[in-house]
Amino acid sequence: MSSAVVISAVVLQMWCVAGLLAMAALAIALSRSHRATAVVYGATLAICVAALFGSLRWLVGDIANSSDVILPIGLPWLGAHFRLDPLAAFFLVVVNLGGAAASLYGLGYGHHDPAPHRVLAFFPAFLAGMNLVVLADDAFCYLLCWEFMSLVSWALVMAHHREPGNARAGYVYLVMASFGTLALLLAFGLLAGPAGDYGFAAIRAAQHTPYVAALVLILMLLGAGSKAGLVPLHVWLPLAHPAAPSHVSALMSGVMTKVAIYGFIRVVFDLLGQPTWSASVIVLFLGGITAVMGILYAMMEKDLKRLLAYSTIENVGIIFVSLGLALAFQANGLKLPAALAFTAALFHVLNHSFFKSLLFFGAGAVLTSTGERDMDKLGGLIHRMPLTSFVFLVGCVAISALPPFNGFVSEWLIFQAVLQSPQLPQWALKIMVPAVGALLALAAALAAACFVKAFGITFLGRPRSEAAETAQEVDKYSLSAMFILAALCLLAGILPGLVIDALSPITTEILGGRMPIQANEPWLSIVPIAESRSSYNGLLVLVFITISASLAVYFIHRFASHALRRGPAWGCGFSDPTPAAQYSGASFAQPIRRVFGTLVFRARDHVEMPAPGDIRPARLRIELHDLIWEGIYAPLAGAVGFSADRLNRLQFLTIRRYLSLVFATLVTLLLVLAIWS
Amino acid sequence: MVVISDILVQGVQMLLVLLLAPLLTGFVRKIKARLVRRQGASVFQPYRDLLRLLRKEVVLADNASWLFRVTPYITFAAIWVAAALVPTFATGLLFNWTADLIAIVALLGSARFFLALAGMDVGTSFGGIGSSREVMIAALAEPAMLLFVFCMALVAGSTQLSTVANFMASSYVGLRVSLGMAMVALVMVALAENGRIPVDNPATHLELTMVHEAMVLEYSGRHLAMIEFGAFLKLLLYISLIGCVFVPWKIALFGTGPLSYAVGAGIYLVKLAVAGFLLALFETATAKMRVFRVPQFLGAALMLGLLGTLLLFVSRSF
Repeated sequence: MSSAVVISAVVLQMWCVAGLLAMAALAIALSRSHRATAVVYGATLAICVAALFGSLRWLVGDIANSSDVILPIGLPWLGAHFRLDPLAAFFLVVVNLGGAAASLYGLGYGHHDPAPHRVLAFFPAFLAGMNLVVLADDAFCYLLCWEFMSLVSWALVMAHHREPGNARAGYVYLVMASFGTLALLLAFGLLAGPAGDYGFAAIRAAQHTPYVAALVLILMLLGAGSKAGLVPLHVWLPLAHPAAPSHVSALMSGVMTKVAIYGFIRVVFDLLGQPTWSASVIVLFLGGITAVMGILYAMMEKDLKRLLAYSTIENVGIIFVSLGLALAFQANGLKLPAALAFTAALFHVLNHSFFKSLLFFGAGAVLTSTGERDMDKLGGLIHRMPLTSFVFLVGCVAISALPPFNGFVSEWLIFQAVLQSPQLPQWALKIMVPAVGALLALAAALAAACFVKAFGITFLGRPRSEAAETAQEVDKYSLSAMFILAALCLLAGILPGLVIDALSPITTEILGGRMPIQANEPWLSIVPIAESRSSYNGLLVLVFITISASLAVYFIHRFASHALRRGPAWGCGFSDPTPAAQYSGASFAQPIRRVFGTLVFRARDHVEMPAPGDIRPARLRIELHDLIWEGIYAPLAGAVGFSADRLNRLQFLTIRRYLSLVFATLVTLLLVLAIWS
Repeated sequence: MVVISDILVQGVQMLLVLLLAPLLTGFVRKIKARLVRRQGASVFQPYRDLLRLLRKEVVLADNASWLFRVTPYITFAAIWVAAALVPTFATGLLFNWTADLIAIVALLGSARFFLALAGMDVGTSFGGIGSSREVMIAALAEPAMLLFVFCMALVAGSTQLSTVANFMASSYVGLRVSLGMAMVALVMVALAENGRIPVDNPATHLELTMVHEAMVLEYSGRHLAMIEFGAFLKLLLYISLIGCVFVPWKIALFGTGPLSYAVGAGIYLVKLAVAGFLLALFETATAKMRVFRVPQFLGAALMLGLLGTLLLFVSRSF
């Protein structure tokens, strides 16, 4: 009986994928119809919900073994393997939840799209691609699906290809995606070894030498890391994610980066076997740098969607720090702390998919009703769009890791894992982990600053443009998608024990250890190690805050004055009549720019003061340098261009010269062979 | 029956922090005034200020939103809950395990988040300048705070304040260099978080030097009362925190009965008075620093926390 159920689980997922692909084909057929938007997003929503419940039931059910299916396509001697195990099931939940929310949002948002047929066909195909990557169980299939996902998402980035900057974004994305796939190709080549068995089961069973393991780790950091947005491979992400339509941006930021993280986990934790502690050092280091750099970039940004994209980089950094901790503990055989760190990483994956999708939806709502992404042209939207601003505020609080929302729980778990580091025997790790913990705290505090800026400049204050003054609330579909995600943010924050228990089959599968069962704790607390060590209860925190706030409100309204008068803002008696005199995004970021930016961005403020008597206004110009782009990518692009120019001459040779070139090459190769042996 | 008395003790703790907080601020102000040979207002002046504010009408800016009106209650509630979770006269109260020190710091972070948003709500430059500086100071203070937590967790093996206080009160812990460093780091962070001299001046209304006061400039009446009360509570919270971690003498164990609670409460009052006196002395003797010197100040706190942690690793004396 149970085996029939198990097999139907993976088959159900494959049918959902087939349904999504069919939707893509249908979208092409319907592309000229007016009803295409409603039909395609409606059907995608239904399929994603089905796939979501299928994988969720499988993850929280008692079925602990994995199930697989082999399709007779792909490599002739291998076939295409697909498999559902707890890790894959969890990421399928993330993918399909994001997909369902984006489809629901798309039902409303799609109507505002000037060219819906450029999105409609690719949207379900993109979801199908991400589902397939998670399900794939052999290297060939995995790479094929990965490339499919990259290409389709590229098409979505290019949906509004005539807008300035989008073509460049698509080009940079394409180059970086190809580079990433190249790294993955080499990694799987190394894993399969000379025998060339590409099935994951065979790779898992094989013994890998330390050199191969180290090389594969670096290649995975390059390949999966570039897709996830690890610094310094992140350059495409803030260009490409905002360029896509907002519900696709949400999918790319909230979900596709997670699929890349899935790839990293699958290879480094699952296929490579027992890790070495030195592997964790590099992951921790890159994660810490990524978290801080990502949020500093976000702080400097004035485009709302780009700010969100940079904050995705920060969150990917946090997840990688947590994975690095899990590697360090696992390498030393400390099962419980390893399970704690790994659970924290997965929890943060889930949380980030919730609140980042929510925030991108909110940015999309602002974009549809004002046509603006530039925060310095917005403001005061809390009066015009009260519901959107409320859910956006929930997203901001959640992503800033503030209790009682979900972002805090995962960061708290990561800090608890950091506090376990004295158990590690290696001195390098002992000293490094507290420093990385301090970086994480810095990133969390900067994230709060960044989202005070994002919400404060966009939604509060006075409107800075006419578009912001006349904005309208968005449609019901978009709002319901956002409200569902906001509710999930709160639920995961106050009932974290349920999530942790649901994640335990994964840690058991991957690490061979698990966190204590949280369902048994009184009052729904979470206790990672022991109650005397640390515990947290989101529900009680929420209840306490509600009670004490209600008490305060009650007593104030019972005993204090009720009088309230509206008047002009006081501002220390200094009234500033134009909204332009408010703090803008750049001025809000000024203190942090002065403290961190002078080092990280070589930031400088230039004041251009007109001569006395000149009635020109004085100007403040901010100079920022993206040192990673200028230091790595610009020289690289220059070198490629230069050598391409030089090699171009080869294109215009006579046939005699080509023949002699061929001959010379042949002789050289034969000589090399002769000398080599 | 037991649960009821447990809840009662927890309720007493919540009321105690609420009642003592304005007195502490009044005491600090009085000492500061006496130190510069002024008579100074009565120590009960903060209560009178609060009552007067509660009786006044609220003048709300034309474009203030609902967020501006709910923020005082949210910040007050968050700080009150955080203050109630820090052991004062007794450890191990009923709800102490609801949140450990990291969560308490994050609760204060929530309060600051909403206050910074409220500063930007009306759309004046002063609100913006206050909010932007407040979040900068917070961004620098949090890593230092985390390193303090790390150092403490290394010694006591816990981030749960009751466990830490009990451990520190036991005889296992002697004088340690790293604990001294951690204490200095915590005091520096506490000064910054409470907007005290040398980071910010709670008494100033000179526009360009103020941080916290600039942020709440548009508030009046009962809203301002809530915010002021929150600030008083936060000062009390940090002093209780320093007290329960570094001088936990005579702090009552949970369930040891009313007598030991009374002794604990008496000693707690003495600790508050001493800490308030030291704070006033320090503030009188120091000048406020420029805003962009604050990173160096808090950087020093960070370094002290890190050094304390490293020293613990090296000394291996636990």
